Amino acid sequence: MQLAELRGHKQYADRAFRTLAVAAAGLVLLILGMIAVIMTRRAWPAFGEQFFTSTRWSAADEVFGALPFVWGTLYTAVIAIVIALPISLGVALFITQIAPPWLKKPMVYLTDLLAVIPSVVFGLWGVLVLSQHFGLGRSFLTAGIILAIMITPIITSLSREVIETTPPSEKEAALALGATRWEMIGASVIPHSKGGLVGAVMLGLGRAMGETIAAALVIGSALGQITINPFAPGNSMPAVIANEWGEADAPHKAALIALAVTLFVITIAVNLIATTIVQRSMKRSRGA
Amino acid sequence: MNATPYQESTATRRRNDLRARPSWRTAKNQLMTGLMIASVVAVAVPLVAVLWSVIERGAAIAFQHFPEFFTQTIPVVSRLPGPGMGPAILGTLLVTGGATLIAVPLGILGAVYLHEYGGNNQLARLVRFMATVMTGVPSVVMGLFVYLIWTLQFGYSAFGGALALACLMLPVVIGATEQMLKLVPSQLREAAYALGTTKSRTIVTVVLPAALPGIVSGALLAVARAAGETAPLLFAVGAAHAFNIHLFSEANTALSVQIFANANSSFTAAQDRAWAAALTLVLLTFVVTLVARLFTARLALKR
Amino acid sequence: MVAPNPPQPQASSSPPAPAPAHSQRILVERKAAAQLPETPLVFDCENVEVYYGTFRAVRGVNLAIHAHQITAFIGPSGCGKTTVLRSLNRMHDVIPGARVAGRVSYHGIDLYAPEVSATEVRRRIGMVFQKPNPFPKSIYDNIAFGPRVNGIRDKSQLDAVVEKSLRSAALWDEVKDRLKHSALGMSGGQQQRLCIARTIAVEPEVVLMDEPCSALDPIATARIEELMRELKSRFTIVIVTHNMQQAARVSDRTAFFTTEVDSKNDRRTGTLVEYDVTSKIFSAPSDERTENYITGRFG
Repeated sequence: MQLAELRGHKQYADRAFRTLAVAAAGLVLLILGMIAVIMTRRAWPAFGEQFFTSTRWSAADEVFGALPFVWGTLYTAVIAIVIALPISLGVALFITQIAPPWLKKPMVYLTDLLAVIPSVVFGLWGVLVLSQHFGLGRSFLTAGIILAIMITPIITSLSREVIETTPPSEKEAALALGATRWEMIGASVIPHSKGGLVGAVMLGLGRAMGETIAAALVIGSALGQITINPFAPGNSMPAVIANEWGEADAPHKAALIALAVTLFVITIAVNLIATTIVQRSMKRSRGA
Repeated sequence: MNATPYQESTATRRRNDLRARPSWRTAKNQLMTGLMIASVVAVAVPLVAVLWSVIERGAAIAFQHFPEFFTQTIPVVSRLPGPGMGPAILGTLLVTGGATLIAVPLGILGAVYLHEYGGNNQLARLVRFMATVMTGVPSVVMGLFVYLIWTLQFGYSAFGGALALACLMLPVVIGATEQMLKLVPSQLREAAYALGTTKSRTIVTVVLPAALPGIVSGALLAVARAAGETAPLLFAVGAAHAFNIHLFSEANTALSVQIFANANSSFTAAQDRAWAAALTLVLLTFVVTLVARLFTARLALKR
Repeated sequence: MVAPNPPQPQASSSPPAPAPAHSQRILVERKAAAQLPETPLVFDCENVEVYYGTFRAVRGVNLAIHAHQITAFIGPSGCGKTTVLRSLNRMHDVIPGARVAGRVSYHGIDLYAPEVSATEVRRRIGMVFQKPNPFPKSIYDNIAFGPRVNGIRDKSQLDAVVEKSLRSAALWDEVKDRLKHSALGMSGGQQQRLCIARTIAVEPEVVLMDEPCSALDPIATARIEELMRELKSRFTIVIVTHNMQQAARVSDRTAFFTTEVDSKNDRRTGTLVEYDVTSKIFSAPSDERTENYITGRFG
């Protein structure tokens, strides 16, 4: 037996594979980084001091104040959450606490079906059915409703996961004291899942803010308005980008890209916070 | 002499009576249960309504003009009636197919790094976290990004669309694949190592085949999501009306883009086409999702 | 019940007796040592210790494995016998933070020298695990996996290797008609014999076995023990077992390990107590701890 026999020769293929795998993983960081850098550079000229303070947006005059759109994005997202939260929570509680075992799987499929339908189809339905046929018109409210339908599956499925980590012993303790089912839920399930539920809602919020197409179709594309009136037509950052891009000239495009960067920053921030909250709550409840 | 019948005290009678008593607690319980059921209905209603509209209006035009819907080109003047979503269907297939070819291998490799090489080291933790964050990037942002790095240099093309969708799919594939790799028992890897197999070979010949059904399922779900995306394609693919099978040259179109464009139109002919395209798109995504679920079911069966 | 196996003289399997008187002891020692031929050394462990991070799991391992013999590691649970076994084919490499100190030499070469490739080591020193772990592939592909990795592509060659390995593992007759079926459809005992066939298909020099029968019923166990005796002529076998009767039945030499409580941090470190010809270990052990273990006073 010589040392040379044990040396081994095929290191190259093994190391090449590893390098490939590292590179693929690193792509994630590369893409995110490139998005941040390249888009901010392009958008820089539009980030004048007026960008976040002015409410006037006019391509012709090359004045770009993004405030109404930021408002619109947040407002429709809030409306969507207000509608979606109780419904999602109700469905999640139903599936985990009330539904008999044979009903659980079909219910999960039901909510998943909602998630599979592409957003543009929801937008189409929203425009031609909800707003025209039912006369709701294009407004913050209509957009909020459509967004609510779209984010319900996410919030429901995440809430379901969090709720299911409630230790059965806590639930049984409540029941053994003679609590009704709702009292048991209130006493053990909800306090236990609170953190994770907050995270789930925030993830839904992030999704609602970033949703482009459905919003673009039904929000109304109004300019320069910051109102609280939900029935008024409005606008949101992604909707503006989608609707105005086709005919935009260079400075206009820069402003739209600036909107995209703003949107990127806001949604990333919300998603970061939400992911941290959810991960931390899952870790805590599994360790408990 | 009659014995006095046994009289229960009121307290005893109450203790022995186990029937449910009406109280505000039970009422509240029933109310909340009712609300939960109502929320289920609230979810079912829009689902049924949307599907109903899509099927009702879309089927009419798609099946009345059966072959032409798939083969004719899109009327350039949108006022004109007539089916013809052929180019859009081709476009969707091209763009989604291209995105899958890019994102799935890269995503699997990335997940392999995360689970088999990186483990819990700093890079792996960072990439994992950022991948989750990346799934939340709005599709319009991704579209504009691809516009800046590809469309400006090379013009509209199906490839640009594929690139944008691949960026959206990548983190999803990475996440799903890593979950599947975690499920492969370490004893399988050890058995391969003990036979003198290198790590890369073990991964390719033992670990990945063992995790394959789950990986396929995750990839298919990512594909279904990508097929329905609109915003990124607006900036990368353009709006062609004719069939374009070339991946790298000239504008193309897709079902989602057409739906968006026609939804805004005030011509019923265009709107009809939008419904028919919506029906096609919904069917496509449903079928892909169904196949993905079948793979998951087969995986569960094996265990 | 040990079948005599030329050229090895049989190891006695009488039930552990109380230590004989001193003169008798010397007689037994000389007789036993004379009966076991001194085959060349395959492994030589000098002061081997294994660390997981800063925790010392095993210390004081000094032993030599002889070719074409069955060496058994016995001892109570946690004594480090599996840890030492795994250090012989560099399986600790896959555990982050694991470190082997001292010298493990294989035919005179330091196994842990930086130029030595773990992959090459494992092609020569195979391992069979406690719980059978066939790949989720067909029986044929399981056996052919190793040869394929080594570059054998020719179908007829692979067929020959598969048949030879399955015959050596006493499995051929049972599965020859269903080679393409999944390996997962076999019984536990069959799966373990498959794993043995898979290991010997790459023609290693040494086969390490980590409690190979602990997940099996007595009949399957007996078949594997019989297999071990047949394989001894072609391979060197090192087996870890918690069943000392098994060690007494099949092995030529036995190493007894035990745990010591580390006074510094109250954790247990394994250590080698005694290593000798099997018949001597079980009839006239030198160390009191060995005697206590084999007579069942502890462990």
